[in-house]
Amino acid sequence: MDFNYDEEQQALREAVRGLAGKAYADFENRRRVVAEEPGFSEKVWTQLAEMGVLGLPFDEAYGGMGAGAVEVGIVAQELGRVLAPEPFLTSVVLAGGAVAAAGSEEQRIGLLDDVSSGGSVLAFAHAEPGSRWQPTASAVTASSSDDGWTLTGVKEPVPDGARADILVVSAALPAGGTGLFVVTAETPGLTREGYRTHDGGRAAKVTFAGTPADLLGDDPGDRTGVIARVLDVARIAACHEAVGAMEFSLETTAAYLKSRKQFGVTLNTFQALTFRAADMYVSLEQARSLALWASMVLDGGSDADVATAASRASLGVSRAGRHIGQEAIQLHGGIGMTAEYSIGSYTSRLTALDHLLGDGNHHLGLLATDVGGYREVDPLP
Amino acid sequence: MQLALSAEDAEFRDQMREFFTTRIPQEIRDAVAERRELTREQFVSSMQILNAAGLAVPNWPVEWGGRDWTPLRRHIWHEEMQRAFVPPPLGFNASMIGPVIAQFGSQELKERFLAKTANLDIWWSQGFSEPDAGSDLASLKTRAVRDGDEYVVNGQKTWTTLGQYGDWIFTLVRTNPEAKLQAGISMLLIDMTSPGVEVRPIELIDGGHEVNEVWFTDVRVPAENLVGEENRAWDYAKFLLGNERVGVAPVGATKRNLAQAKEWAATVSTGEGTTLLDDPLVSTRIVELENELLALELTALRVVAHSTDGKPHPASSVLKLRGTELQQAVTELVVDLAGPASLASGAGDDSDLPWWARRATPTYLNFRKASIYGGSNEVQRQIIARTILGL
Repeated sequence: MDFNYDEEQQALREAVRGLAGKAYADFENRRRVVAEEPGFSEKVWTQLAEMGVLGLPFDEAYGGMGAGAVEVGIVAQELGRVLAPEPFLTSVVLAGGAVAAAGSEEQRIGLLDDVSSGGSVLAFAHAEPGSRWQPTASAVTASSSDDGWTLTGVKEPVPDGARADILVVSAALPAGGTGLFVVTAETPGLTREGYRTHDGGRAAKVTFAGTPADLLGDDPGDRTGVIARVLDVARIAACHEAVGAMEFSLETTAAYLKSRKQFGVTLNTFQALTFRAADMYVSLEQARSLALWASMVLDGGSDADVATAASRASLGVSRAGRHIGQEAIQLHGGIGMTAEYSIGSYTSRLTALDHLLGDGNHHLGLLATDVGGYREVDPLP
Repeated sequence: MQLALSAEDAEFRDQMREFFTTRIPQEIRDAVAERRELTREQFVSSMQILNAAGLAVPNWPVEWGGRDWTPLRRHIWHEEMQRAFVPPPLGFNASMIGPVIAQFGSQELKERFLAKTANLDIWWSQGFSEPDAGSDLASLKTRAVRDGDEYVVNGQKTWTTLGQYGDWIFTLVRTNPEAKLQAGISMLLIDMTSPGVEVRPIELIDGGHEVNEVWFTDVRVPAENLVGEENRAWDYAKFLLGNERVGVAPVGATKRNLAQAKEWAATVSTGEGTTLLDDPLVSTRIVELENELLALELTALRVVAHSTDGKPHPASSVLKLRGTELQQAVTELVVDLAGPASLASGAGDDSDLPWWARRATPTYLNFRKASIYGGSNEVQRQIIARTILGL
């Protein structure tokens, strides 16, 4: 048993921290970048590609690095620390993960290499109006004819759906079940209406009107299990991104308490405030433990183990994210409400991460259905 | 990063599990499982079995019976013991005064006390807290005045857990009232049968007699019973309380209690074929507790897997704080599961109500202590704020 990063992992962390810090440690830079389209820096995206980060989880045969869940977690955490707006989570882990899991050999070679090199931004078009984090699709339907597959319906919100070069789309299959499809940006019959999200990101309403699409993979069978697995993998990465954001929120809050003066003294003079910061630390470390554990389960666990670990980590991180996010603003006072100062944006991002792939209560509900099915939770394999 | 135990550690875990579940008398483990108060003889018997197998004081130096285990193995030992409902070695002996004597005591004190301490031939009590010195321990007032080859001790200690069983008591006494608060304190070992020592029970809110006041009136203590140097005991006390915090996150015991609570919830009918465990308000509450406990267990593992360089992991202060909160939350859950039956705390074994429901409220009330002792949770927050966050 070992909960420490090895030397290579530490080097990866330092490298990503250096790159992300150079880009966004000055919060003004981040504000400037998210104010303009496409909501992230193409330059930073290219730098991440050059570092190998965008191909991190993919096999070397497809232009990737063949790294594990721990490495993905390290990158997500470092990006979370500076609120880097580049879509590592949604484009690489989520959409890229779907291609890696379900794509044909030809699709993997073509698409994953393109993602890894930074050539294409992928988006995962899965959420639908009325859906709540299920691994299935119903509002977008797929039809097949001699000319191939077409999609009809609306996906929303699709993270970075307007900027994306390629959409990976889930759709209800004619024979039942959910399939996965690939749609490129120029395809006729595809409409994308992009907008800003509260956390500085971008999302889109994507409308398919008999839009031609390529089946992802060779088999037109149900892909619900694949989607569920990919969502779980992304949930664990999202937990790490949230841990990075929480870690920085607490550091920033502690520094503020030491420097801000009221009544002629610094705020850390007041135990009512320092005790609340101590409770934030407890929440952070508990969340960090769950995220690290879930990554290790992901590297070698069964699909069922991974699903449970993803739910447990998501539940703990959701609770911690709300606690730390809310307290970070409160302990700052009025300055925490301003867009100019960083801390409120961290809370906004934590709120987005909480609801992107399933919030705490969603996972609590899933876990509660089986509470009588086991005696106790044993974290070891 | 590696989640699995090494093959050697897994084998060690299996050995511990086997020992604890087969070598400690079932009636003792049942008493722990059913929240009954253990008799003195049960404590002694259990600890002597552990000691005979070298499992009572693994944290001590090897020459005095310790095992030189990694922190992870000590953690596994402790967890498996709790999991098997084995009463842990008496903390006053194994975690407190034993390590202090081994570290700071004279050779004579070591030879005189350590073996008997490990074997619970001597039952130690703790004489630290006083009515006006709780969290602010350094303000203690019990005086020891040197008179020839003896100290004369006067004063009062309190919250002395199981002091009614005590043979000896390790005390913090003020030997120099002129010095700064922390600088005038010494540690004296006092035979509780000495003339002038009086133990008075304190009845607690659960109806039990767990703690006592201990009064000292002109008690004469041989000077050779001084631990280490005069006026240096604040350092020894800090060392001791540092040990006290190890294992103070009762993860294994709380997990075990929560697993029992699930079994009990499944026995409470709420209608045709449904039980309390089917009630979403109950099941989600249990899952939240399980999840927090999982996070705590993982945090504890991070701490023990890390602390090989001797320095405590910064997250270790989380363990006492969150550990006791969860311990208390599970006792609260059990009262709620018991419902109206929780009122029947005074009923005997001929009651129609299950024992766990009758024991629920006294246990809940008793465990309000957990966030107060061993450095109150407010003191823990202070430690986190100061030493970790730099506030």
